[in-house]
Amino acid sequence: MIRLEKRPQPSAIWKTVTPLLAVILTIVAGGLMFAALGTDPVAAIRTIFWDPLFHPQYASYSRPQLLVKAGPLILIAIGLSIGFRAGIWNIGAEGQYIIGAITGAGAGLALYPSEAWWIFPMMVAAGALGGWLWAMIPAILKTHFNTNEILVSLLLVYVAENLMASMAVGALRNPEGGGFPGSRNLSQWPAASNPELIAGTGMHWGVMAAFVAVILAYVLMSRHLTGFHIQLAGQAPRAAAFAGVRPERLVVFCLGLSGALAGLAGIFEVTGPAGQLSIDFNVGYGFTAIIVAFLGRLHPAGILLAGLLMALTYIGGELASFTLGIPAAAIQSFQGMLLFFLLAVDVLTNYRIRLGRTEAAT
Amino acid sequence: MYRRVLLSATAALALTGGFAAAQDEPTKVGFVFVGPIGDGGWTYEHNQARLAVEEEYGDAVETVFQESVPEGADAERVLTQMALSGADLIFTTSFGYMDPTINVAQRFPDVKFEHATGYKTAPNVSTYSARFYEGRAVQGLIAGRMTESNRIGYIASFPIPEVVRGINASYLAAKAVNPDVQFNVVWAFTWFDPAKEADAAQALIDQGADVILQHTDSTAPQAAAAEAGDVITFGQASDMAEYAPMPRVSSIIDNWAPYYIERVGDVMDGSWESQQVWYGIDEGMVKIGEISDAVPDDVREEAMALRDAISAGETHPFTGPINRQDGTEWLAEGETADDETLLGMDFYVEGLSGEIPN
Repeated sequence: MIRLEKRPQPSAIWKTVTPLLAVILTIVAGGLMFAALGTDPVAAIRTIFWDPLFHPQYASYSRPQLLVKAGPLILIAIGLSIGFRAGIWNIGAEGQYIIGAITGAGAGLALYPSEAWWIFPMMVAAGALGGWLWAMIPAILKTHFNTNEILVSLLLVYVAENLMASMAVGALRNPEGGGFPGSRNLSQWPAASNPELIAGTGMHWGVMAAFVAVILAYVLMSRHLTGFHIQLAGQAPRAAAFAGVRPERLVVFCLGLSGALAGLAGIFEVTGPAGQLSIDFNVGYGFTAIIVAFLGRLHPAGILLAGLLMALTYIGGELASFTLGIPAAAIQSFQGMLLFFLLAVDVLTNYRIRLGRTEAAT
Repeated sequence: MYRRVLLSATAALALTGGFAAAQDEPTKVGFVFVGPIGDGGWTYEHNQARLAVEEEYGDAVETVFQESVPEGADAERVLTQMALSGADLIFTTSFGYMDPTINVAQRFPDVKFEHATGYKTAPNVSTYSARFYEGRAVQGLIAGRMTESNRIGYIASFPIPEVVRGINASYLAAKAVNPDVQFNVVWAFTWFDPAKEADAAQALIDQGADVILQHTDSTAPQAAAAEAGDVITFGQASDMAEYAPMPRVSSIIDNWAPYYIERVGDVMDGSWESQQVWYGIDEGMVKIGEISDAVPDDVREEAMALRDAISAGETHPFTGPINRQDGTEWLAEGETADDETLLGMDFYVEGLSGEIPN
């Protein structure tokens, strides 16, 4: 007989162990899946987790790419985690990411082909502002009309996607692009480009911003009164009210911050790795960042590691896909398993497993 | 094989030698796909061509592929990793891979690239595309003859010249045989999204369309038409024969295999050169799928005759007089469209309603 017994306090040990356990379970279950698909599971797991880091042929290219892929994930996840701690659920980071890219790219392209030094910083500011504004829609609707920010922010993603499609074929379309959709290539316009800062490292301004965000988030949450209010509001809303926390201000702060960070990720991506605003510019960073935030236990350091791990599964997954012929859908299932197992083993944080006969309840 | 080299093959530097792969090492060919290989349309046909390459050359060739690669930063990484893995030739099979292909090609001058449907070339980057509009004209003729409501629905993907050209070609052919025909164009802004495509098809059927043409890759519109009953459709990119004889009455099949086999062979014997090709029905890159029994014999014969005339070069789907949508003259009596205008086509012809989104 196996019973679950609720712990009086969530277990501190399990809280740190569960992400590792989830990764191990994912490897086991994923390995079984790959075996069922007729691929050598050891080779598949090694290709996903080992080859991007240490393979003699790929690693020198893949390692820096980890940062390129993890940068936006970390930047967005940091913003989301702060809101999640306060019980404010921004699910629409993907939309704020898109809008940041549109406003930032638009602000820059309006000045094409100027070579002024301040164009790139101005675009970054415009991108953050765009993401912030897009997040203000669910924030203000929530504070004034008590709408559900989960639904509003999520649905605004689809609005943002269509806005982007219209920009890519309309206002921001490259006039020299032969009628095809997509903006000018920003990475080829020095004043607006976000290049690799040190060749061969993958470091660009967006990755730098992600690292800075990790540090600032840590300071905010552990050293600052606002951080304390955020945690209090999430854990004990009534106590927070007594402590003088004003929930409306917290909603505006948390949604605004996560929106601005997502907008930053968008403008760094569109000026750097992506290069141009196209119809398919967004590839789901805003949604994947939700997984990263939870995988990282909503803690800045955890998010940093989780972002890198997630990037590893993407890049390793691609390698496994074309070197071993694993279908793309199997790689996606593998990534999905990670979140599933994380949530599943979370039960161990809050409950204790008891073996033996059930005692009669008193 | 007759090779049509377009727009004076931009700076086609003869890459003599440079490719002395050892005899016993297979030529490695990579494919980057925009959708899943099971999409039943565009990517499915590219993958069929990949399998044909394997069959043709056996152990002398090794192919690798990557499905569902987003068109952007991820494509550049996938291409780089493929090049690093030792690929000799890489086919990038979607328009959105254009800039990533050019970027990666610069870094790997010894690797050859073949980019589908784009317009940028380099000494080691060729482009290739098919004159799908020739097939669209045949499709338009059947649609114009078969419609009873005189309303034809068209599920368009993205407002790019390729798609606009298809709408114009099918409309002109339909109108030539049925002056009352009207086109309803829905822009889906996707190449592959079964749910969205099914919604679009349903909306068009609700508006009275009894023919659905599609420029998206899934079979969802076929399924929606099958459910609706008296609606006919055409297979897109792939034959989609599982929906024959109704609703699918014919199809446009992209037949990439001969081209892929030819180009892989060129890499093997060192004769590969950068070029721009645009093959049609004549060269076999565009095929018309079997016209089903749901189509009366006289219409079938008329459609076959049009196909043969286009193939023989006797008819051009864009032959004047044709006006632009705004009434200004595009082609005078007897004039045929030049390739440059077709490649950049961003306007509807006269008679089409609605606007191209921008």
